[in-house]
Amino acid sequence: MNELALLVAATLASGTPLAIAGLGLLLGEKAGVLNLGAEGMMLVAAIAGFGAAFLTGSDTIAFAAGAAAGAAMAALFALLAIGLNTNQYATGLALSLFGAGFSAFVGVAFVGKKLPDRAPFELPLLADLPFFGPALFRQHPMVYVAIALVAALAWFLYRTRAGLVLRAVGESPESAHALGYPVRAIRLAAVVTGGALCGIAGAFLSVVYAPLWVEGLVAGRGWIALALTTFATWRPARVLLGAYLFGGVTMLQFALQGAGVEVSSQLLSMLPYLATIVVLALISRNPLWIRINMPASLGKPFHPGS
Amino acid sequence: MMPTDAPATPMLRLELTAISKQYPAVKANDRVSLRVAPGQIHAVLGENGAGKSTLMKIIYGAVRPDEGEIRWNGEPVAIRSPAEARQLGISMVYQHFSLFDTLTAAENVWLGLDKAGSLAEVSARIAQVSREYGLELDPQRPVHSLSVGERQRIEIVRALLTNPRLLILDEPTSVLTPQAVEKLFVTLRRLASEGCSILYISHKLDEIRALCHHCTVLRGGRVTGEVDPRTETNAGLSRLMIGAEPPPLQHREARPGEVALQVRGLALAKASPFGTDLRDIDFEVRAGEIVGIAGVSGNGQQELMAALSGEDARAPAGTVTLFGQDIGRAPPGARRALGLHFVPEERLGRGAVPTLSLAANTLLTRTEAVGRGGWLRMGRVRALAESLIRAFNVKAGGPKAAARSLSGGNLQKFIVGREIDAKPRLLIVSQPTWGVDVGAAAQIRGALLTLRDEGCAVLVVSEELDELFEIADRLLVIAQGRLSPGVATSKATVEMIGEWMSGLWPGADRAAGAGPLPEPAHA
Amino acid sequence: MLKLEARAQPSQAMSVASPLIALALTVLLAGLLFAALGKDPLKGLGIFFVEPLNGVRAVSEVLLKATPLILCALGLAVCYRSNVWNIGAEGQFLLGAIAGGGAALWLGHQGVGGPQGLYAPLVLLAGVVGGMAWAAITALLRDRCNASEILVSLMLVYVAQQLLNYLVFGPWKDPGGFNFPQTRTFEVATWLPALLPRSRLHWGFVLALVMVVLFWVFLFRSWRGYQLQVGGLAPAAARYAGFSARSSLWTALLVSGGMAGLAGAMEAAGPLRQLTPHVSTGYGFTAIIVCFVGRLHPLGIALAGVLLSMLLIGGELAQSRLGLPNALTGVFQGLLLFLLLACDTLINYRVRWKRGGLASTALPAAVVAKEGAA
Repeated sequence: MNELALLVAATLASGTPLAIAGLGLLLGEKAGVLNLGAEGMMLVAAIAGFGAAFLTGSDTIAFAAGAAAGAAMAALFALLAIGLNTNQYATGLALSLFGAGFSAFVGVAFVGKKLPDRAPFELPLLADLPFFGPALFRQHPMVYVAIALVAALAWFLYRTRAGLVLRAVGESPESAHALGYPVRAIRLAAVVTGGALCGIAGAFLSVVYAPLWVEGLVAGRGWIALALTTFATWRPARVLLGAYLFGGVTMLQFALQGAGVEVSSQLLSMLPYLATIVVLALISRNPLWIRINMPASLGKPFHPGS
Repeated sequence: MMPTDAPATPMLRLELTAISKQYPAVKANDRVSLRVAPGQIHAVLGENGAGKSTLMKIIYGAVRPDEGEIRWNGEPVAIRSPAEARQLGISMVYQHFSLFDTLTAAENVWLGLDKAGSLAEVSARIAQVSREYGLELDPQRPVHSLSVGERQRIEIVRALLTNPRLLILDEPTSVLTPQAVEKLFVTLRRLASEGCSILYISHKLDEIRALCHHCTVLRGGRVTGEVDPRTETNAGLSRLMIGAEPPPLQHREARPGEVALQVRGLALAKASPFGTDLRDIDFEVRAGEIVGIAGVSGNGQQELMAALSGEDARAPAGTVTLFGQDIGRAPPGARRALGLHFVPEERLGRGAVPTLSLAANTLLTRTEAVGRGGWLRMGRVRALAESLIRAFNVKAGGPKAAARSLSGGNLQKFIVGREIDAKPRLLIVSQPTWGVDVGAAAQIRGALLTLRDEGCAVLVVSEELDELFEIADRLLVIAQGRLSPGVATSKATVEMIGEWMSGLWPGADRAAGAGPLPEPAHA
Repeated sequence: MLKLEARAQPSQAMSVASPLIALALTVLLAGLLFAALGKDPLKGLGIFFVEPLNGVRAVSEVLLKATPLILCALGLAVCYRSNVWNIGAEGQFLLGAIAGGGAALWLGHQGVGGPQGLYAPLVLLAGVVGGMAWAAITALLRDRCNASEILVSLMLVYVAQQLLNYLVFGPWKDPGGFNFPQTRTFEVATWLPALLPRSRLHWGFVLALVMVVLFWVFLFRSWRGYQLQVGGLAPAAARYAGFSARSSLWTALLVSGGMAGLAGAMEAAGPLRQLTPHVSTGYGFTAIIVCFVGRLHPLGIALAGVLLSMLLIGGELAQSRLGLPNALTGVFQGLLLFLLLACDTLINYRVRWKRGGLASTALPAAVVAKEGAA
């Protein structure tokens, strides 16, 4: 029973960076911008967060550094893809490749370094509940932030006028432009905010989850977060659900190893990636459903004044 | 309304003086002047490319002029953005709607208003205005489920909610049946009587003469005349618009021969969530005749065209036959080999690839230059493009010019020419002269008539009733995915076709067994 | 303020100039970076752009590394021109190495002998099939399930890496290899034939050059190539013309998978002559950059392949000579791609300096509206 509780706890922790990054990407995609640079943003934010944590010992500064790094990378992407109308796919790819190289370069100084031990965080009273205590209430605050973020984003998108404008921009930037809305500025804001969120997710990985730095720490989670938005058909609550699902699959490999299952560790490591493929295949099967839920202008360039 | 110490001449609502706008390739507006009085319905007449859209964009703040002065109620102003225009009281209803398909009508209107209350307040005001002006609209319906006429109503209601002092309407009747046009005119006259000025952009002479108090005519970016259309004839307006009366088309009696295309009982479910189902389509086209299909856009024309061209190859066996051969499941290439050629309504992106040269674009439908093993003989490809450019009077920078560098009319001439030059036995054309200047339009219509006289079967789908009455021998109407019976053009009237566009032709199936009653297609 | 104005016709001149401008800017930024790191900029730039070409041996290393880059990038060019976003070339490369390496190991097990290169064609063929099979998974899922080829092909990269690890740590590990994760060394007969004595350059390089020509013909003189490109430029026009989107998808992915697999097998059977977890140093991803810098054009790709190969070698040299981390190459590669994308805007747009329109004596509309709500 205790093992199950620990598994649940590990799943929550594992799914949290996916959820936060997924929500950040969702924001940009709702505005019609596809940022394939998620992996790169998370990598740069991870090293920024780790470096900040190592040098200052403060979690808050580390997360702030991660958010800033993610936002900066996203701004670079936005400058090209929104400002100069470059191909969104290629530009996002460039961001990922650049991020991989840059983070590896800067991170050389931090390989093998350790962060000071952290006092385990517990919600008072709730943490002592049988089963639910260790399962749910002994998590890093960021895990709860992720859940709050879902609610906040859902409220913003579907209950505020600003959120409606954002969705309109994603549906038809040409119409929004004709109505006088600053489409590019709105997209920029969405992308940069999304980048900051991806940055927080990256910092979480290196400062809380691992916690260490090696080249390629993010191990494809940025790409999985991209798959999450499709899996969630662009609805915030489903992003969280999907994130926990993938977190669970990732944890599964350790659980299986621990249970003595006779499968080589490398094959088990494939699980999260294979799971992503299977999920994508199942979700994308109905093109009509995707069309109704997907922001219509996703990935397409927008030319004001055409 | 007017101050007592007003000057002797009544103050104009809007006055443009010597407005000019230069684009890289063309001077869109050349010292244009416009004077609109309060409560006046003022037409801006001109053919495609005359500069009407640019002028409206300047008034609406979407574009800044290079020179000239704008005065609003006597005061000089600089309109720097649509928001500033709206603050003045200028409201615009676009030809191509600025709507968001997945949002509701109320949300769409809300987005178009600058300072609005909550969504609920706006919904209430929508209900009120639509009742008042007779523009039925359900605020909670998502836009993708609405007909084109209903979508236009959203645009108009949105404009009305801003209490406009000047309302600009850009080609509003291209999506309406003749009966709906009458209803729109009633609304506009009411607005004008309340003191709102109306700028009515159109190239339809009959409508302008029926509705408007005053008319400014544009040609080639310049004003060629300011007249009272109620006292002018169509010929007079035409002369101002294109510099001459339109060249009369040579009409010869049609001599229909064998059946080229036969469609029997074609029913197709819509391919996309926002499409139209086709039901019970029955008609035929014979060699040597032009059959026209009329209808307001959004009633299944696109689906029917795709089914005939081969882009949608799901037609059940036996429903579509060409010269006796079943082609329902055949891809476009196979249909072309049998003599069926198609000109789609979208030029850039479907009829031609924008960034490829004219020469490369011939390969889309003309494969004579493809050698053995798939080797492309570029010399032959270029030669074909050159001959098309010459034969069809296409103004372009040679066969290497990119398709997107041509004007709409010239590109259309090239595409139509490409298909006619292939010596088809059946030519299907969708919206042949949409967005094309009058000169090119006349050339294209002339080419279609010549083709018919040479024995080719021609099917034309068009939203312009005038065009169909001019060149078609027989008329059909498509409404809500169904096709009316055919009628000889000589025996048809605009009123009758207008009714048919609402689905009200003799024998129209309204039985309960035909499934849920669809939305009426008329506005 | 600066405004972008669309050109009526894409500019041919800028199409060629853009990569050069991007390269120049990258060099500039690289120099600044060296200075910021406390190293002599000229020395640093020299290591990346001059040293690698210093002598026949050095040039042979550049061409050796360029070969897999060019092969992969040619396949990717076909994909990207068809608007099929295959970014899993790295995975297809690894499967090619696995398949080719597996074939070489099997042939060695069968006891084949002979001069160097006798069985190389078989090994390479196995690599092509392996790469194609891996890409076929992506094609199948996109075709049947509409799944994004970007995400599927990328996930398969991670799967491929784990597969390679599994094989060299497990069933294929060399029993006489002191427990290192590596396979037995392949038999000489399965190696690629050497091209230049006293260098590692092999005939694979010549094959790459031949492929450059073949791909040029395919893209610009073949009916199939035309169909693929129209599908990428204007899908509605391709449907109108009757070009099969499905067949284009499969062609694009199988071609690029096969080329990446070929490159992978070549690396395994060429310079490495065994399989290790480090068969690829990110060739599949670097090839993406080669593809774009080469303008998705076979000739450009050949040149860009050489350029990026120089950057790769420069990175290694910078590590040993200047004490800078090897990851520096990754930074330069990313920079180059960014700058290239930015410069590419100039192909379709002109930069203009725009001033305002109306005479400044006119009041702003907002003021007039407040004053007189007529």
